[in-house]
This record gives sequence, structure tokens and C-alpha cells, in this order.
Amino acid sequence: MAKMYLLSNFWLSADNLQTLQDSFLPLLKGVLYYTIPLTLLAFFAGLVLAITTALFRISGVKILSIIARVYVSIIRGTPLLVQLFIVFYGFGNLGVSFLKFSPFVGALIALSLNTGAYASEIIRASILSINKGQWEAAESIGMSYFQSLKRVILPQATRVSIPPLSNSFIGLVKETSLASTILVAEMFRKAQEIVATTYEPLLIYTQAAAIYWVLCFILSLIQGRIERRLDRYVN
Amino acid sequence: MLEMNHISKSFGNLEVLKDISIQVDQGKVIVVIGPSGSGKTTLLRCLNVLERPEKGEVTIDDQTIDFSEKLDKKTIRELRKQTGMVFQNYNLFPHLSVIENIMEGPVTVQKIDKQQAREVAMRLLEKVGLGDKADVYPHQLSGGQQQRVGIARAMAIDPKVMLFDEPTSALDPELIGEVLQVMKDLAEEGMTMVVVTHEMNFAKDVADEVVFMDEGYIVERGAPVDVFENPKEERTKRFLNLIQQ
Ligand SMILES: Nc1ncnc2c1ncn2[C@@H]1O[C@H](COP(=O)(O)OP(=O)(O)OP(=O)(O)O)[C@@H](O)[C@H]1O
Ligand SMILES: [Mg+2]
Repeated sequence: MAKMYLLSNFWLSADNLQTLQDSFLPLLKGVLYYTIPLTLLAFFAGLVLAITTALFRISGVKILSIIARVYVSIIRGTPLLVQLFIVFYGFGNLGVSFLKFSPFVGALIALSLNTGAYASEIIRASILSINKGQWEAAESIGMSYFQSLKRVILPQATRVSIPPLSNSFIGLVKETSLASTILVAEMFRKAQEIVATTYEPLLIYTQAAAIYWVLCFILSLIQGRIERRLDRYVN
Repeated sequence: MLEMNHISKSFGNLEVLKDISIQVDQGKVIVVIGPSGSGKTTLLRCLNVLERPEKGEVTIDDQTIDFSEKLDKKTIRELRKQTGMVFQNYNLFPHLSVIENIMEGPVTVQKIDKQQAREVAMRLLEKVGLGDKADVYPHQLSGGQQQRVGIARAMAIDPKVMLFDEPTSALDPELIGEVLQVMKDLAEEGMTMVVVTHEMNFAKDVADEVVFMDEGYIVERGAPVDVFENPKEERTKRFLNLIQQ
């Protein structure tokens, strides 16, 4: 009996096909309205945070470097799920209206902070990987620290950081599913709702997995294109 | 024109330059030789403050920096604009095309109009014999060509003095000549130059003065014929024997 049930789930019967078809639109909506915007916004906010943090770290100014270290240490040392709960439920419970976030904004803040910490380490490592001679060549023609950074070091560090940052981005797509726990109507939350009415967990969750996979596959194609473009000057 | 007075520089406990003084008159070429680790690179790097000596002064043209005083970054940058540095391993900017490499100083630092900077860069490129390579990237060039771009990039900020740190020592033997020729042309045009090199023929042909360094001291200095043919110091003799083998 149990075996039969399992099989019926794998078997793309007319019933199952219908269920998949019915659930596709709501899932797609979750992707378009929440998963993708959340990923994009959190990634770009995270990137700004990451660059700032990385520059703080390498600035040689003690207080800035300490701030950066503490931030990275806290974020890396605690689970994202816990960070989400603190930002949304924890801050929301303080009674300060300014800190009462909507689920979407709460998720955005937590995901940005999380991405910012990890990506800052990537960016810092990329900057440090650039040969010291590049700094010296820039300074020898009279450039200031920030001119050297902007014109010479960061463009090269960007090339180095694209593969690991792409990994972070792809990771972030999947991490948005955690936002379901604070009621963001992203794809996985949608999938859970559909399962609650159809009682087809294997089918629906597999479908959700397939959609995540397609998203990530497209992203890895884009990553390849960007890398090839930036490879122009590397032999 | 260029003066270095009583410069001392240490790395930790290691004293690399010990009370070094040199003077170079306008349009003169001075060649620095000496064994590995004797402080030649450090001396050049002190001249454009890529290294900060603990003591002493550097004067270029009418700007003097006294290293025993506190220096602000602007003063250091001003001094750097007077010097062009050519590195042993070129240090070209790999993400910029050849012409962009040369334009970078004029455009970013001197805020010169892009079109005008391009013309200047083009003229320099032609001067170093690479007029047809403006739009390629550094990695598409041979070592000798890269070093010539390095020279053009340093020249582009219109320096009063050019500093060369073993500009040909990373090159295959057959590429050395083209770089030395460019340097010779510069010298003939009256550029003031400080060159660290082991190319004795270049030193004999071009240098007005040769300085032999060892262990952070200037052991001997003089006209190339004197230093090469009639070295006075035992250490100079030994070094010359060693490299002429
Ligand atoms: N940044 C640094 N930190 C510590 N020690 C250094 C540093 N740079 C140079 N040194 C040391 O200072 C000494 C002089 O170095 P320098 O590079 O000036 O010698 P050089 O005459 O240019 O030698 P070479 O012919 O090998 O280039 C060496 O003993 C070197 O190890
Ligand atoms: Mg050296």
C-alpha cells in the first residue's frame, strides 16, 4: 500500500499533471513577486555593505577595522534563521514602530546583513590578492589611496571576486526560502500552502525544487558570460 | 636638481641604507650597481617615497622633503609627480589597454582633458616604438614591449627625474637591447635619470656617474671609466670580477 502511494506520486498521472499545473502559477507568482525581488535587493544592499566593510577592514584605521570584524564575526557566528527571527519577531516586539518591519522588509534586512558579512570577506580577499606592485605603480604616478583603489585595485579585484560572489548570489536565491518562516509569501511559502490543501508534499516540493534549480542554472549561465567578458585582459 | 642627503633606512633591525648622499645634476644619468641586497632598490624607492626613510632629505628641483619631520600625504604626492618610476617587473595595469595605461596618470592625477592626454600618450608610444600597439592589453605584449610601455607611462606625468629599477633584468636577452635603446634616447634628450642596472655596456655608454653600493653604503663612485677600469676599492674589484665572468 505504502509502495503504491509512493509510486503514484512519481507517476505523472493525469491527476498529478493537473496538480502540477494548478500549482505552477501560484509558485511562479511567489518567485516573481518575492523570491527574485528579495534576492536582488538583498544582494545589492549586501554588496554595498560588503564593500564598505571590506574597506573598513583594510583601512588601517583601528576603530573601523574593529567595527568590521565584530559585524562579520556576529553574522558568521549565528544561524541565518535566528537572525531572521531576531530582526522580525525580536525587533518587532520592542514596541518601537520604527523597528516593526513588514515580513518582506524584515527578511530583506536580515538577508542583506547576512550577505554583507560573507561577501565582505570575499571582497577583502580579492583586494588583498592583487599584487602589491599594482598599488606601487598607481602611487608612483601620483595617485592617492582612493584613486589607486578605484582606478587600479578594485577593477582587478572585481574580476577575482566574480566567481565566489556568484556563489553567494546563488546561495542567496535558496536562502530566501527561509523567509517563509516569517510569513513572506515567497515561493516556498506558497508551496507549503498548496501542500496544505492538496496533500501532495512530494510532488509540490519537488516542483519547487525544480524551479529553484532552473533559477540557479540560469544564474550560472549568466555568471559564465560575465566571467568571459572580464577575461579579456587576463591570459 | 636631484639630491639625497644623509638618508638612513632600516627594516626592523636591518639597516639597509646608511647615511646615503647623492647628487644628480640636470640632464645627468647616474647608474647604481652593487650586489643583491645592497640597498639599490630601497634607494630608488626612497627617492619617490615608496619607502619612508627615518632620516635625511630628498630634494627634487625646488621641492625638499625632510624625513625627520612629519609629512602629509599631499607633499609626498607632489614629490611623486616629479619622478617617474620604471619597475623591474613592469607593473602595468592589466585591466587597461596600452594607451589607457599611459593616459591614467595625466587623466586621473593631473586632470588633463582626455583627448589631449590621448595625443600625448600616442606621441610617447610612438617614441618607444609601439605606435601600433595602442589598443592591445599588456598581456598581449612581449616583456620588452611591456617595459617600453612602462617607460612611456612613467614619462606621461612629465617627471623631472626618471628612476629605473633593473628595467631589463626580467627580460630575455634578445629583448634587452630595445629597452636600453629607449633609455639611451631619453638620456640623449636630456632626461635626468637614476638607473639601477647590471648592464655594464649601458653604464659605460650612457652614465655620467657610476655609484657602487654594498651593504647600505656607497663604496665608490666616479666616472664609468674610472670605476670600471680602475676601481680603487677592493670590494668594487671583487664585484666587477664577479659580474664580468
Ligand atoms: N619591505 C621590506 N621589509 C624588510 N626587509 C626588506 C624590505 N625590502 C627590502 N628589504 C631588505 O633590505 C635589503 C636591501 O634590499 P634591496 O631590495 O634594496 O636590495 P637590492 O640592492 O635592490 O637587491 P637586488 O639586487 O636583489 O634587487 C635586503 O636585505 C632586503 O632583504
Ligand atoms: Mg633590487
